[in-house]
Amino acid sequence: MLELITADFMIRAALAGIGVAMIAGPLGCFVVWRRMAYFGDATAHSALLGVALGLSFDLPILFGTALVASALALVVAQLTRRSGFAADTMLGVMSHAALALGMVAISQLPGLRVDLMGYLFGDILAVSRQDVALIWAAAAILGSLLIWHWRALLTATLSEPLARAEGLSPERLRLGFMLALALAVALAMQVTGLLLVTALLILPAAAARALARTPEAMAMMAAGIGALSTVIGLVLAFLIDAPAGPMIVTSAFFAFLTTTLIGSLTARA
Amino acid sequence: MSENCCAHAASAKVHDTAHAASNHAASNPETSGPTRWPDGQLLGLSGVGVAVRGKQILSGVGLSLYAGQIVTIVGPNGGGKTSLLRAVIGDLPLTSGIITRRPGLRIGYVPQKLAIDQTMPLTVSRFLAMSGASSRDTRLAMLERVGAGALAGRQMAALSGGELQRALLARALLRAPHLLLLDEPTQGLDQEGTVGFYRLLETLRREEGVGVLMVSHELHVVMAQSDHVLCLNGHVCCAGEPEAVAVHPEYRRLFGRGDDEVLAVYQHHHDHSHG
Repeated sequence: MLELITADFMIRAALAGIGVAMIAGPLGCFVVWRRMAYFGDATAHSALLGVALGLSFDLPILFGTALVASALALVVAQLTRRSGFAADTMLGVMSHAALALGMVAISQLPGLRVDLMGYLFGDILAVSRQDVALIWAAAAILGSLLIWHWRALLTATLSEPLARAEGLSPERLRLGFMLALALAVALAMQVTGLLLVTALLILPAAAARALARTPEAMAMMAAGIGALSTVIGLVLAFLIDAPAGPMIVTSAFFAFLTTTLIGSLTARA
Repeated sequence: MSENCCAHAASAKVHDTAHAASNHAASNPETSGPTRWPDGQLLGLSGVGVAVRGKQILSGVGLSLYAGQIVTIVGPNGGGKTSLLRAVIGDLPLTSGIITRRPGLRIGYVPQKLAIDQTMPLTVSRFLAMSGASSRDTRLAMLERVGAGALAGRQMAALSGGELQRALLARALLRAPHLLLLDEPTQGLDQEGTVGFYRLLETLRREEGVGVLMVSHELHVVMAQSDHVLCLNGHVCCAGEPEAVAVHPEYRRLFGRGDDEVLAVYQHHHDHSHG
């Protein structure tokens, strides 16, 4: 059994999951702070359209999903500013429209039998060596960008007028963050599938909140909790023969329960 | 018609007072006559109009602010006071007019409120560190200076209104600003805190030549402390030296009740009278 757990596909899955967690954790903190959970959902749902795009033009799936998710981020950012609708209404419209369109588009692809379940719930056990390399490269780039703009992004998250008074450009920061999020969603989709992508952003960040006293600590803990949940989830999925993506999210949920309990106990003491 | 007339009178006065006030700022004395970018001037507004979501909030606002000068904006709720500050920092686009800042002007901004999400863990000390390069000692000294020395390790989201104001002021001051933009900076401060705040403001402007543009509802203090008062109600109702504004008909119409008290306090603080 130990041999199976250390089998190549398991190692690749763990590496892919940890790579995604490293970037999803810190980005997820900003999603939580900026109350953008719904935006994460919308970009994730739009990714199915990207899958259809990738398949029909014979492009890498990651490329297609990243492209469509980024386009959605730009459209939502523009529409929210110009239409009179509240941001959550606009996101609700785009999110479900994109999911429905994606499903229709995939059903129309000629001569292909597409594993829709794989895209909806993820297929982390099937990631290739190249996938792992790509995930780590993208995570490294996003991570560097995040560290580079950390202070500015944090200030703009606290208060856009305050950021502007200090000479920053909140719009550009917001746009950059949305694009980074779109790319992270495209990466994370391979691990959990598009229905559970937001969980990978939100759950580790929420779990870290109870223990952290500074934003930096929360971001690092979120990355750690995400990585730990990935490994535990993978092993458990193997042991009880459950799907890996949902098992990873379940592990993250238990991490959230645990830290929140610890947090409330230590706060009272 | 009377409003237009009033705004006209005010804009003429703005320049007069600005020149007069810059003299006691110990900066360069002004030459008479309007120059394009006078020495010591930090900020110039001319014919400024601002709209928020298609609704015109402000129109025709003019103002000059010089180093070491305290200009206070008063006016009813919804009169556009906060919008004017946001326009100055560039957070609201202008529909007309122009705002010029002295090149390289560093602004310290204290917003009216800062809603810090409970989900963001952030100590006061970390919040201050975010504003730019500063040493731990500098930050602690600044907290002491605004009367918030004990707050360094506290969580921002758990601060009271007055404590948050102090933290925001400390952050603004850490930038060593030339110009402070303060949006109701004493809200939530207790009596002692308010007195301390105005004392600090006085020191900053006298010793460091900091210019201050401030929104305030504390009319009696405004009258005692400001070099120049701008009464905003969608447009400039009236503007000028505090004692001139206090007796202005538009001002009396808006703040009728407190006039006598205002003048009494004003005269109490100064040894010269104004007829």
